[in-house]
Amino acid sequence: MTIIVIAGGLSHERDVSLRSGRRVAQALRDVGREVIEADVNADLVPLLRRTPDAVVVPMLHGGLGEDGAFREVLEVLNVPFVGPTGASSRLTFDKSIATSVVRAAGLAAPKQIALPHDIFRELGAPALMEGIGAQLGYPLMVKPSRSGSALGVTKVDDASGLPAALVAAYAYGSVAVIESYVAGTEIAVTVLDDGSGPVALPPVEIRPESGVYDYESRYTAGQTRFVTPAELSDDALLAARELAVAVHRALGLRHLSRTDMIVEASGRPVFFEGNVAPGMTETSLAPLAFEAAGRELGEVFATLVDLARA
Amino acid sequence: MTEHSRHDTRLDRFVDSYSQRTNGMRVSAVRALFAVANRPEIVSLAGGMPNIKDLPLPEIAGSIADMITSNGTQVMQYGSGQGEPALREQILDVMALEGITAHADDVVITAGSQQGLDLVTRIFCDPGDVILAESPSYVGALGTFLSYQTEVVHVGSDEDGLDPTALRETVARLKKAGKRIKFLYTIPNFNNPSGKTQPWERRLDILSVCAEEGVLVVEDNPYGLLTLDADPIPAMRSADADVIYLGSFSKTFAPGFRVGWVLAPHAVREKLVLAQESATLCPPVFSQFAISTYLATQDWQGQIEIYRDMYRERRDTMLHALAEEMPDGASWTRPAGGFFVWVTLPEGLDSQAMLPRGVNARVAFVPGGAFYADGQGARNVRLSYCFPPADRIRIGVQRFADVVRRELEVMDTFGIDASPHELRRPTGPGPDLT
Repeated sequence: MTIIVIAGGLSHERDVSLRSGRRVAQALRDVGREVIEADVNADLVPLLRRTPDAVVVPMLHGGLGEDGAFREVLEVLNVPFVGPTGASSRLTFDKSIATSVVRAAGLAAPKQIALPHDIFRELGAPALMEGIGAQLGYPLMVKPSRSGSALGVTKVDDASGLPAALVAAYAYGSVAVIESYVAGTEIAVTVLDDGSGPVALPPVEIRPESGVYDYESRYTAGQTRFVTPAELSDDALLAARELAVAVHRALGLRHLSRTDMIVEASGRPVFFEGNVAPGMTETSLAPLAFEAAGRELGEVFATLVDLARA
Repeated sequence: MTEHSRHDTRLDRFVDSYSQRTNGMRVSAVRALFAVANRPEIVSLAGGMPNIKDLPLPEIAGSIADMITSNGTQVMQYGSGQGEPALREQILDVMALEGITAHADDVVITAGSQQGLDLVTRIFCDPGDVILAESPSYVGALGTFLSYQTEVVHVGSDEDGLDPTALRETVARLKKAGKRIKFLYTIPNFNNPSGKTQPWERRLDILSVCAEEGVLVVEDNPYGLLTLDADPIPAMRSADADVIYLGSFSKTFAPGFRVGWVLAPHAVREKLVLAQESATLCPPVFSQFAISTYLATQDWQGQIEIYRDMYRERRDTMLHALAEEMPDGASWTRPAGGFFVWVTLPEGLDSQAMLPRGVNARVAFVPGGAFYADGQGARNVRLSYCFPPADRIRIGVQRFADVVRRELEVMDTFGIDASPHELRRPTGPGPDLT
């Protein structure tokens, strides 16, 4: 078996992907596995074709790596890989679709409106923005529908901030999602299914020093405090784990996923984002959950590689 | 699975031990976006890398091989903290092309002029001191100045670069406020990023203001010999021996050797040597001998002519493409040398906010805010023509112009006249920003 860890790509999150990829590759080597690291370029398909025993670990973040396209290529080429399928990745990566799917499954998720830029242009932005404000109320969150690492995400406190937030989101893509703001404790719950069904790992609570879990807070060591398991009541922790597993199932995910959520003061967890390729950098959340669960990064991925190959 | 008890971590157990100057060092989304700039699909108009493809590599390889064979035990040994005497003599010949006469004793070799800048800042500046810099100024210098916890105050510029009247007013204002001004940092030739050049009379005016006000001048001149339309203008140092002059081989030969120099008045030079010894013991000896060999055995002035011809074609291609492609409301400088064109975007656009759209469109550029320490530059972009060939420059400018048009369309949709411009703090040079 040849493990190919694929990282990089052309997305806005290339740098994060390369860091995740290097870390997973080294962790797999540390448990005795042979690993090739590869980027997404014209050499990749020939590499996959001449490696008949390949198992791919896609550590691509954003763009083609998470939107399902690359995984569908792997499926077409009959190359086994770790992580959710192409179809479920497509559902999960696009926030405008994932939130709808999660809500349709009866799970708690914010109210959301997803709109392409063109509709504002054709219908007139002022009236549309007024309607959005009336529908969702302030504060609200504006995000690119297809992006990660909090890039292009803005919390909008009142109507005056909405235009600039939309401009920022549309810099990343043609569709923006506008969601009602959910106040509470931000946590991330990693779900691992290594062959015996999806299990939620201990929730990680995120406490950024700056108050905002933005790009800087995510990837500068020391800028965010992580508490695992989150300092929540036992009931809230249980509810969060149940929500993560329910999301994992509703979106048709497999092997490994991470669900980001807000736990309201009442203890009710509310979904806001699913991840099919959770970050594995030195400052990422899923490795903290592995550690809290008594699992090692290399051992987890080795298990998933074997499962993908089986 | 055995779950562990509650764990509270900031993922850096030394987080409370860093110095104050380190606490401002953070990753940023902008720097992360540059990770895609070196992919072949992206036309990078961001990087300031010299194009060294026309160097006579076989000849250079041969001369360096001879150097090792004949003198290997010296070139691989520790050396002088001030730098090798023979190279310091040769540097006098290089500086003479821009009117400088000096003594080799007053030259200190450094690991690139960037280290020269670091040493000069180290020996002069305490936290809170003021450094004056052009508007805009080199991002790598701003990063160095801020790492020493100085306050950078930008001085206004016009089409001829740094404005002496604005300089006088700024100095007066700062003195009245009780600030300690340590020096003026200026790039008189083909400024990075503006591409502007100070005419000779302008240089004399600036020197005059600084002399009257007691302000030391630090002249950074990496691009001076890469003049594309006329003979070089004499350096400021040629008119005033108190000027501290920073020179470099990175643009006229190759940057990988990391060899630059500082020419400084005697007393300053003494302190620079001591600072150099505490920083590195000595500048890279092998690199110094390699450059000395290059200067002695190769037609280095002929090589500069080759570079000029190459960069002239690329500069002209970029200026032509900008004239053809850019929408109304944009303007740009027309550099007479160096590597960079400074674009001013139509009113209201924010170049940093546009960067992800640029990545989507497969073109990279440097948002103007990187070249200011005070939040200016949101409407500006630095485009470089030094590295991509002419056909890629044309494609890159087309893509860039499309990005600007699309951004204008989005701004128009939402009725935004001006983006909110937050303060952006430069964090030091990266390979794509130098």
